Amino acid sequence: MTECVECGAEVSLHDDLEVGEIIDCTTCGAELEVVDTEPPVLERAPELEEDWGE
Amino acid sequence: MTLQVGLLYSRIRKDEKLLLTELRERDHEVTKIDVRKQTFDISAAPAAFDGLDIVVDRCLATSRSLYATQFFEAYGIPVVNSHETAAICADKVQNSLALEKAGVPTPATKVAFTKETAMDAIEEFGYPCVLKPVVGSWGRLMAKIDSESAAEAILEHKATLGHYEHKVFYVQEFVEKPGRDIRVLATDGEPIAAMVRSSDHWITNAAKGAETDVFDLDDEAVALVRKASDAVGGGLLGIDLMEIGDSYTVHEVNHTVEFKALDDAVETDVAATVVDWLEGKADAAADELEVTA
Repeated sequence: MTECVECGAEVSLHDDLEVGEIIDCTTCGAELEVVDTEPPVLERAPELEEDWGE
Repeated sequence: MTLQVGLLYSRIRKDEKLLLTELRERDHEVTKIDVRKQTFDISAAPAAFDGLDIVVDRCLATSRSLYATQFFEAYGIPVVNSHETAAICADKVQNSLALEKAGVPTPATKVAFTKETAMDAIEEFGYPCVLKPVVGSWGRLMAKIDSESAAEAILEHKATLGHYEHKVFYVQEFVEKPGRDIRVLATDGEPIAAMVRSSDHWITNAAKGAETDVFDLDDEAVALVRKASDAVGGGLLGIDLMEIGDSYTVHEVNHTVEFKALDDAVETDVAATVVDWLEGKADAAADELEVTA
């Protein structure tokens, strides 16, 4: 568990957490980026950019 | 053989997690390279890239993908997909030109640089027709134009509000597809798996919520996939086809292809097949180095 940087609610994390992964806060809906795993640290994820995609 | 694999990314999606898991399970050493934290020197590779056998470009941002692949090629580090492939697939104009040149059936397309000539192109196609951004993905900013007044409004908005790329007007015929299109994942033209993406909406991208199901490719589709892959320089590609009667048209080829929806839809272990291919590419690159050394 860690805290949502947007709303402060607890965010549950899965075991195979990966730096760079995006976690959704189930309370406020914010997209959070995993910037560290030991211990888990979350930051607000970047906003969608126009050239993102496949 | 254990490989040192660089994975170029800015966001780890389920696609990248599938690849990372497969690579690690095979005991390959993976170096995750977050492009946002990296600088690229024009004369020498950063020390972090020492020993990499191959780099997989999984950049989310097309602009970064285009430059990063060029740097890895300049450093002599094999990168998939190649810059050539990225450059063609990243831009819909390049993509269409390459398909047309290779004789791959693709929707009729015109490009114009002003609102007035774009309007001429639209009028030539008639209504409906389609206006797409030259760079973009996930079905964003695509416009199905149903009338002259809609065309005028969209062109005005693009010319006024968009940056310079939106002043390159990419106009395409509207293809009456049967409520679905086909996504084929292929490595150097060899299909790994395929799925249909179905939706009531005219845009049938999985990213837009289309329903997916497995699709069996016939000989014609397999041949088109091979030809389309060759047209853009090969690599790990997502090739999109639409059915027209009993034939197909290829509307685009994607170079940093997402495959999580496909992995869910088909029985094939997509990540495992991609890693098989990556191992082969790394081996081939190593052999080439030995020959030239």
